[in-house]
Amino acid sequence: MTAPAAALAAAVRSGERSAVSVAEEHLAAIDAVDGELHAFLTVLAEQARADAAAVDAAVGAGGDPGPLAGVPVAVKDNLCTRGVPTTCSSRILEHWRPPYDATVVGRLRAAGAVVVGKTNLDEFAMGSSTENSAFGPTRNPYDPSRVPGGSSGGSAVAVAAGLATLALGSDTGGSIRQPAALCGVVGMKPTYGTVSRYGLVAFASSLDQIGPFACSVADAALLYDVIGGHDPMDSTSLDRPAPDSAAAVGQGVEGLRIGLLTEFVEGVDAPVVAAVRAGADALAAAGAAVEEVSVPQLRYGLPAYYLIAPAEASSNLARYDGVRYGLRVDAADVEAMNRATREAGFGPEVKRRIMLGTYALSAGYYDAYYGQAQKVRTLIIDAFEDAYRRFDVLIGATTPSTAFPIGAKVDDPLAMYLSDVCTIPSNLAGHPAMSVPFGADDAGLPIGVQVLAPALGETTMLRVSGALEAAAPVLGAPVVGATR
Amino acid sequence: MGDARRLTREDAAYVARLARLELTDEELDTYAGQLAAVLEHAAQVAALDTAGVVPTAHPLPLENVLRPDEPRPSLERDEVLAAAPAVEDRRFRVPRILGESP
Repeated sequence: MTAPAAALAAAVRSGERSAVSVAEEHLAAIDAVDGELHAFLTVLAEQARADAAAVDAAVGAGGDPGPLAGVPVAVKDNLCTRGVPTTCSSRILEHWRPPYDATVVGRLRAAGAVVVGKTNLDEFAMGSSTENSAFGPTRNPYDPSRVPGGSSGGSAVAVAAGLATLALGSDTGGSIRQPAALCGVVGMKPTYGTVSRYGLVAFASSLDQIGPFACSVADAALLYDVIGGHDPMDSTSLDRPAPDSAAAVGQGVEGLRIGLLTEFVEGVDAPVVAAVRAGADALAAAGAAVEEVSVPQLRYGLPAYYLIAPAEASSNLARYDGVRYGLRVDAADVEAMNRATREAGFGPEVKRRIMLGTYALSAGYYDAYYGQAQKVRTLIIDAFEDAYRRFDVLIGATTPSTAFPIGAKVDDPLAMYLSDVCTIPSNLAGHPAMSVPFGADDAGLPIGVQVLAPALGETTMLRVSGALEAAAPVLGAPVVGATR
Repeated sequence: MGDARRLTREDAAYVARLARLELTDEELDTYAGQLAAVLEHAAQVAALDTAGVVPTAHPLPLENVLRPDEPRPSLERDEVLAAAPAVEDRRFRVPRILGESP
């Protein structure tokens, strides 16, 4: 099994490769193809060169720069980077430079990683295509007329096109797994609370989770081990030791009980279903007991999510009021200034979600919508719990289709929301889930198979993902990308 | 406000006011239609029998988190103020609050 990030770090730590040459190579690739793909909003060329030089100096002095020594990493632009623009792809934060680093960014640097840039996303991570960016869409490297998925589309593309070896994204309803599937890379949403959210710009706080993108399952585990672990700066951070999951990847699936979710293959396009079934067969051949299982409550995940997430967002985004940071549009009094600032600063999808959330929380509708959605959330968690009495992990499609054309769903929000139907339940439950590339459709567009596990089940999830990866058909190189 | 499926421009304007959004009439019409479509989809959950089900606000059992009450550095005040749209006397400056005499 290949693990490009682990191999690169080993080469840099041993002095066989210089971190500076690795950084230059990736900066040159970004220069060559990112005009077309638009994965990055900010390229940190000078900072990356300086950080890489520091890694080389540490190696030269006999020190160990860490498990990600010299590895180029792209960071989603909703993760705070001190003194470096953190826009969330929004006009309202276009010129904002945070006064602090997100915990995960600090941990990357401490592990010797070289941050090469900040990546494009749907505004405030609200979207499934990266078309909702105020700074223009990102394009899929397998077909630039198609979307990369979203909201972490820029991070998925950076890894898929070889512009960074690893990337960080955030996943509120599938924003890591869905673009990973559409771009042919590994994307992992860890258990809620295992990775600090300090410095992640909040969208829906009870659902948001930071996680890795990588070219391989082993590399995703490596990055998860670096960013995970308790952080006193995040009050929802689980007080447990840092994860040590990388060793699990090659352990195989002998004796594991795996459920193939009926709800995650019904209504799903035929090539995706074929990939999921081929994946299930491969896991059975590798020694797992695979059985189809129906968990009907999962169908209510999508409608519950589109009440809960906007409700939390409408509250979280109240902070953009033109007072302390970000855009201000002046007006005669404070309230008029607030309204004018928010009208000018937010794009259409963000306004739509704020409207939806405000409505769901408003007097007379709270119980019928938000309150009811919270109860449905309990039903989904209970249904998962029941399924995990019989199965160690569950598998299914990550997305109902492969990458769709840019513009195809922008005028129909509900159709766009439906692309998250298979990813949302894990966020509602706080469970880990990941997408593993498993072949392509007839047009060569990548397909992802999703592996879901109960809370803190990362080790088992990674074992199954590793076995899937080992059995996956070879995916061709992207049409646009770094020459490798 | 009436039935979600018949969300009017006036309903949308009311919600926009609550959310401090200064929407144009065109935006109000667009959002009224789109919100109605999403809410119709959400009616699936509104119709479910959830008698006796405890609501979940958060996936983890939340517990209070305490730390020793020891002073430590906070964000740099000047760095924070440098990001503000308007500053006066090392404080955030805002326009007139409604009803105040000028």
